[in-house]
Amino acid sequence: MLATWRNMNPLARREAAEGYISLLPWAIGFLVFTVMPVGASIVLGFTRWNIVEPPVWIGLDNYVRMFTADPMFWQALKVTGLFVLISLPLKLVLGLGLALLLNLKLPGMNFFRTVFYIPAVISGVAVSLMWMWLLQPDTGVVNTILYYMGIEGPGWFWDRNWALPSVALMSIWKVGGSAIIYLAGLQNIPAHLYEAAEIDGASRWRRFWRITLPLLTPTLFFQLVIELIDSFKIFTEAFVITQGGPLRSTYFYLLYFYETAFQNFNMGYASALAIVLMVIILSATVFVNYTSKRWVYYEAE
Amino acid sequence: MRLSKDLGEISAAQYEARRKSQRANTWITVRRLMGYSSAYILMTAIALVFMIPLLWMFSTSLKTRADIFAWPPSWLPDVPMWENYVAAFTSYPLARFMLNSTILVVLNTIGELVSVPLIAYGFARLRFPFKKVLFLLMLSTMMIPGQIKLIPLYSMYSRLGLIDTYVPLFLPSFFGNPFFIFLMVQYIRTIPRDLDEAARIDGAGTWTILYRIILPLCKPALTVMIVFTFLWVWNDFLQPLIYLNDFNSYPISVGLAFFQGRYSVEWNMFMAATLVSILPVLVLYFFAQKHLIGGISALGLKG
Repeated sequence: MLATWRNMNPLARREAAEGYISLLPWAIGFLVFTVMPVGASIVLGFTRWNIVEPPVWIGLDNYVRMFTADPMFWQALKVTGLFVLISLPLKLVLGLGLALLLNLKLPGMNFFRTVFYIPAVISGVAVSLMWMWLLQPDTGVVNTILYYMGIEGPGWFWDRNWALPSVALMSIWKVGGSAIIYLAGLQNIPAHLYEAAEIDGASRWRRFWRITLPLLTPTLFFQLVIELIDSFKIFTEAFVITQGGPLRSTYFYLLYFYETAFQNFNMGYASALAIVLMVIILSATVFVNYTSKRWVYYEAE
Repeated sequence: MRLSKDLGEISAAQYEARRKSQRANTWITVRRLMGYSSAYILMTAIALVFMIPLLWMFSTSLKTRADIFAWPPSWLPDVPMWENYVAAFTSYPLARFMLNSTILVVLNTIGELVSVPLIAYGFARLRFPFKKVLFLLMLSTMMIPGQIKLIPLYSMYSRLGLIDTYVPLFLPSFFGNPFFIFLMVQYIRTIPRDLDEAARIDGAGTWTILYRIILPLCKPALTVMIVFTFLWVWNDFLQPLIYLNDFNSYPISVGLAFFQGRYSVEWNMFMAATLVSILPVLVLYFFAQKHLIGGISALGLKG
């Protein structure tokens, strides 16, 4: 670096100095708010620590306990996994369907786009409170509508078998968020492909399966992984509505982390939980980056 | 002679073909119109289903306490109880919570405005060794989930005596958010370099160029940044929950959640309070939706 510095003329040297000055806030923030806390979390994961007394080094004990003797950890993983299984296919189909409708170049589509995206901008707390009211077993509007249809509505958040599907239902209400991303993907598909296919006499259905879907796979795949990562970050809904219940049926991963760290002050064990979360999320991200290089369609420029 | 006969025949055939295609065209137009209207009907139906929760919340907020538990429930209250909204403000410290959230939004926005343009300008325009490596490093930090940093940061703030202050909730913004830096860098790169060069020839220094020439041109990117900062800060729940213990300093998200369970019988007032809490977000969304959706498409972000 010094060699490069010496070879620079005064003007370039001055520009470089100004460059480093401009990056200074980021560099400080990077050290204080990223490197230090992440490093500390990794180290704390090997300790027992209640924040009052100094941490005690216990080696891999936290991880051994987590994987062999902690039913709550497995319950949290199970809940998160089940949630993904319930919500992901529905969100994928509905999100894509909505995006396809929004992609019809009709007047007024912007209005619908605005409406469908509203749920995605409202805070998790407000959405949670709203659904708590909507899904009241006896007086809720959803069960009332079901009653008029001749169906006896379930106990939703207050029934151990229905609590998790209820959280999934809430997240499906926010499907407009994913639809906007699919829409951006759809709009990146070059129009000349459709024109060529139309001239060749390909039906609408065939065009969807042979052009739209293949060219949308990167977006779909990206979105799948993002949704997976997001499910590991679910907290507000579980904290506000169910506190993880009934019978831990909505005990999401982050709720377990929060209780361990900030209610029981088991900071060492919670750090280990956070490290596992980071490993899961980073491997998902790396996986998506790696595969996207092979999947993403680049139109020749 | 033969040629002209041929021509005549061809034009007759063409005429027939044209007539057929015209009929086909009319048929296509009819089908297309039917397709369009069914698309509209479908969209309207879906939009209604999506809006029922919000409409029901609104209807509940205007009912009497007896009305909300009545069976069968009425879709609309006989007499709208606008008093519920007044009651929401008097029985919960709603104004206080919203003021707290506003303060946090303002502090974070100031932080982003101070840090992001400066950092982004360095990455986008200035030449210095290791720039690419540093930029990649910055982008890679976007992948790290924020939750992983909570415990060490909590312990750091508690040692500095900053728990129960707003410092943990706005300090990081003064050091630049990688999402916004990335957005800004992309934007500054679209501004022609000739502008910088011309100003430099006129004797302007680097910082003058940034604040007098580049920044005023960045208004669209700055708008996206401010809109997202507002949404994220207004809706953030986990961080204020961890860092704040004093009821009076709660932002709206934590404040509302705090009241749930305590007054859960008074759903009419509670729904009024919830609606008031999302009103600023809705208003902002309607005014800034173009910027917002542009930002989502550019960054692959969600709300």
